[in-house]
Amino acid sequence: MSVIQELSRGKQAGAVRKKGDGRWALLFLAPWFVGLALITAGPMGASLYLSFTDYDLLSAPEWVGLENYTRMFDDPRFLQSLGVTFTYVFVSVPLQLAAALGLALLLDKGMRGLALYRSVYYLPSLLGGSVAIAILWRQIFGADGLVNQVLALFGIQGQGWVSHPDYALGTLMALNVWTFGAPMVIFLAGLRQIPQMYYEAAAIDGASRWRQFRSITVPLLTPIIFFNLVLQLIEAFQSFTRAFVVSGGNGGPSDSTLLYTLYLYLKGFGSLDMGYASAMAWFLLLIIGGMTVVNFLASKYWVFYDD
Amino acid sequence: MTDASTTAQTTTPTAVRPPSDTASGTRRAGPGDRRPTAVRPHGRRVRARVGSVLKHAGLIAFGFVMLYPLLWMLASSFKPNALIFREPGLIPTDIDLSNYTDGWNALLHPFSHYLINSALVVLGSLLGNLLSCSLAAYAFARLEFRGKRLWFAVMLMSIMLPIHVVIVPQYVLFSQLEWINTFLPLIVPKLLATDAFFIFLMVQFFRGIPRELDEAATLDGCNHLRIYLQIMLPLSMPALATTAIFTFIWTWNDFFSQLIFLTRPEMYTVPIALRTFVDSTGESSWGSLFAMSIVSLIPVFIAFLFGQKYLVKGIATTGIK
Repeated sequence: MSVIQELSRGKQAGAVRKKGDGRWALLFLAPWFVGLALITAGPMGASLYLSFTDYDLLSAPEWVGLENYTRMFDDPRFLQSLGVTFTYVFVSVPLQLAAALGLALLLDKGMRGLALYRSVYYLPSLLGGSVAIAILWRQIFGADGLVNQVLALFGIQGQGWVSHPDYALGTLMALNVWTFGAPMVIFLAGLRQIPQMYYEAAAIDGASRWRQFRSITVPLLTPIIFFNLVLQLIEAFQSFTRAFVVSGGNGGPSDSTLLYTLYLYLKGFGSLDMGYASAMAWFLLLIIGGMTVVNFLASKYWVFYDD
Repeated sequence: MTDASTTAQTTTPTAVRPPSDTASGTRRAGPGDRRPTAVRPHGRRVRARVGSVLKHAGLIAFGFVMLYPLLWMLASSFKPNALIFREPGLIPTDIDLSNYTDGWNALLHPFSHYLINSALVVLGSLLGNLLSCSLAAYAFARLEFRGKRLWFAVMLMSIMLPIHVVIVPQYVLFSQLEWINTFLPLIVPKLLATDAFFIFLMVQFFRGIPRELDEAATLDGCNHLRIYLQIMLPLSMPALATTAIFTFIWTWNDFFSQLIFLTRPEMYTVPIALRTFVDSTGESSWGSLFAMSIVSLIPVFIAFLFGQKYLVKGIATTGIK
C-alpha cells in the first residue's frame, strides 16, 4: 500500500516473465536514468565532496577535510537551529498526528456528511505550505492580529506572538498542527481496511466499545500510524517556507524560528558558504536517515502486521 | 479491498448474529449494520440521536474554527486597511475593492505577469511529470530487466531524499548552463522523472490493470510502446489525473527552489512576488497583501474543488500530501 511497506518488505514488482525486455526497459527508463545521474546521484556525490571543501561559488573549491563538520558544533547559530528544529518537529508532529487520528476515529464508518467534513479538514493541508498562508499567519499572530482581536473580546490583552522569542516558534508549530488533514485522510483509509467482521465477532463475545477500540482498531492501525509518523517527521524536518516568511527571512526574533533548512539557506545562498551548507545538508540527511532507521527498528516492537 | 469482498465480510456474520444481541447496539451504526433500529429500546434511540446531533455540532464548530483564518483573510481583503486591525468579524462594514487594484499594481510588474510565470512553470512541470513518470512506471510495472529490484529500491529511496542534499551542485550546474533566471531548472528535472513519487503512484496503478490485456495485445502484434500508449495510458486516467493535480498544487506552492533559481523580478513566480511584496511594504498594506494572497490561492482552491476525488485517493494510496 505504501512506499514504506514496499521498502520494508521488499516486494517484487510484477509477475515473472521468461523473456527479458532489457532494450525496452532502457528506452522507457531513459529519462529517469538521465535524471538520476544528472539531477540526483551526481549532485549528491558532488555535494558530499563540497562538504569537505571551502567553496564560495566564485573560486575553485579548496579541500579542508572535516573542518566544516567540526565548525558546525562550535557554531552557536547552528546549535540553535538544531534545537529549534528538534523542538518544532517533536512537539508539532505528535500533536498533528493525534489530531489526525482523533478526527479520523470520529469520522469513521459511513456517517452522514463524511465527504464534506473530510474536505473541510483536508483543505488546510493543501494550502499550508504556501507563502500566502505564511503571510496570513504572520498577520493573525501579530500584535494587532486576529488572535489578539479575539482575545480582546474576552478582555485579554495579547501580545505580538510572532515578535516574541518565546512564542514565535509556537505559531509555526500551530501551523503544522493545522495541516493534520493529510495524515487524517490516510488514517481514514486505514480504518476502512479493518474488516467489519472483527468488530461483529468481538461484539458477540460481549466486548465493550472501548475494548474493541483497544484490541482491534489500535493494533490493526499501527502500520498506518507508523507510516504517518515516518512521513510527517521527514517532512517536518524540512519545513522552510513558513519560517522564512513569518520571520522575514532571518529566523528571528533572536533566532527563535531559525529552522534547520532556513539556516542552511542563509549560509549557502546568503553568505555563499557553500561548503558549510553542503556539510549541513549531509548532516540533515544523516539525521533523517538515522531517525528513519531507528523508527524501523523500534517498529518491530509496536507495529502489528496482520498477514 | 474490492466491494465484493467487503459485502461478503459484513453479511455473513449478520446471519449468525442472534436477533436479541444488544451489545452491538451501543456501537456506532456502520454501513454493514442493517439491523432494524426499531428493535432498540426507545430511550437508547433518543440518546443515540442526541449524541449524533452533538457530534455533528462539534464537528461543524471545529471545521468552522479551522477555516476561520481563511474566511477572515477573504473578508479582510475587501476591507480598508484600518478595519483589518479592528474587525475580527467576517462581514465587512465597509467594502473596498481598491485592495485588489492596488495590490495588482504594487510591484514592478502587474500581478498578472507573475501569474503567467507561475502558469508556465506549472505547465512545463505537468507535461514533464505525466510523460516521464508514466514511462518509468511502465518499465517497473510491466518489463523484466536485469537489476529491476535494485533500481526499484533506488527509485523508492530517491522519494525520501531532501532537496537540500542536491541543491548546491544543481545550482552550480544550472548556472554553468546559464539557466539561472530561466524556468529550465524548474522544468527540466520533471522531464527527467525526478519526482519519483509519481512513478511509484503509477506503478501501483499499472499493476492493477489486468495483464491479459497486454498479453492479448502482444498476440495481436503490439510492441511495448503501443501497449503503453494505447492500453496503459487510456486505462490510467485516474492515476494521471492524481499526478496532474498534485503536480499543479505542489509546483504552484513551491517556494524553496523558485527562490533559489529565480532572482530577476521579471522572472518571479507568484510565491516569490508575494514574498517580495511582504518585504517591501512591511506591515503597512495588509489589505492589498491579503488580496493578492487570495488571488494566489484561487487556482489551488479550484484544483481542490474539481480534483478532490483524486486527491483523496492519491494520498490514501501513497501517503503524499
